[in-house]
Amino acid sequence: MADHSHAHGHDDHGHGAGFHASLKDYVTGFVLSVILTAIPFWLVMSGAIADKGTAALVITGFAAVQVVVHMIYFLHMNAKVEQGWNLMALIFTLLLVAIVISGTLWVMFHLNANMMPMPMRTDGIG
Amino acid sequence: MSSAELTGQYYDLHEHDHPEGGSTALGFWIYLMSDCLIFAMLFATFGVLGGNYAAGPGPKDLFDLPLVAVNTAMLLFSSITYGFAMIAMQSGKKNLVLLWLAITGLFGAAFLGIELTEFHHLIEEGAGPQRSAFLSAFFTLVGTHGLHVTFGSIWLVTLMVQVGRFGLTTANQRRLACLSLFWHFLDVVWIGVFTFVYLMGVLR
Repeated sequence: MADHSHAHGHDDHGHGAGFHASLKDYVTGFVLSVILTAIPFWLVMSGAIADKGTAALVITGFAAVQVVVHMIYFLHMNAKVEQGWNLMALIFTLLLVAIVISGTLWVMFHLNANMMPMPMRTDGIG
Repeated sequence: MSSAELTGQYYDLHEHDHPEGGSTALGFWIYLMSDCLIFAMLFATFGVLGGNYAAGPGPKDLFDLPLVAVNTAMLLFSSITYGFAMIAMQSGKKNLVLLWLAITGLFGAAFLGIELTEFHHLIEEGAGPQRSAFLSAFFTLVGTHGLHVTFGSIWLVTLMVQVGRFGLTTANQRRLACLSLFWHFLDVVWIGVFTFVYLMGVLR
């Protein structure tokens, strides 16, 4: 009995990751990625956007879109894989990443501002 | 009430089928998410220390954007060639899988070669990790990513040997799927690296 069910299980779970990759997905993902990579590089190298804050915001936007493109077309992310547990783990991780990064920057840069006038800082460089 | 009946109420005596490797994909995904947190910490560290040059060289003096663009292209090419290997795997073409894996490995090696050249160049210029907080954070973040690519490449070669010797068995297909996730994940992390380290660095 054990042997039988074992063999049966093998047949049912042929593809470890439970997805079916298609050529169209990979090519779409690749083309989108090339575009979403080329534009921010061009923006920075040519200095097309004079205002640095705006430029930073724009390239962050391109990076965010490209991450989503990779998730969908290369990592085959959707709500169905593993009954949605993959997506749940991803969302939870993104929440933690957002808290860690924004929290760190927020705390540390406020700390930096508060520390500025201290006497040990003679050079005035942050 | 006999003990058999008692246990029967609380325990499922007729075990359900738990196929070998049935939970590997989810488990490996959870591992990748934990890896994601490591990179989040390193990005946060770089975000805090990235402007502290200690009167040393800054990103504008050090980074060569065309080289970074070439490096990015190498990783992106390796991503799609790995995809081709997965497609070949699904149609059971063993030799084609090996060919695409070899090409993926070459792109990975090219990426690592360019990155090591860059690191070597920086250290020779006196811009090593000990020069400033910015450079320490830079080498830690980019180096950790490079180390991941290195181990991914070792894994890739290992799987090529496995597939070459034992063919596209169920276990090998599962392993290839896991490496696929790992490899594409590293490309996702690289998006963050070229955007926030290189491009933003030069923007500063």
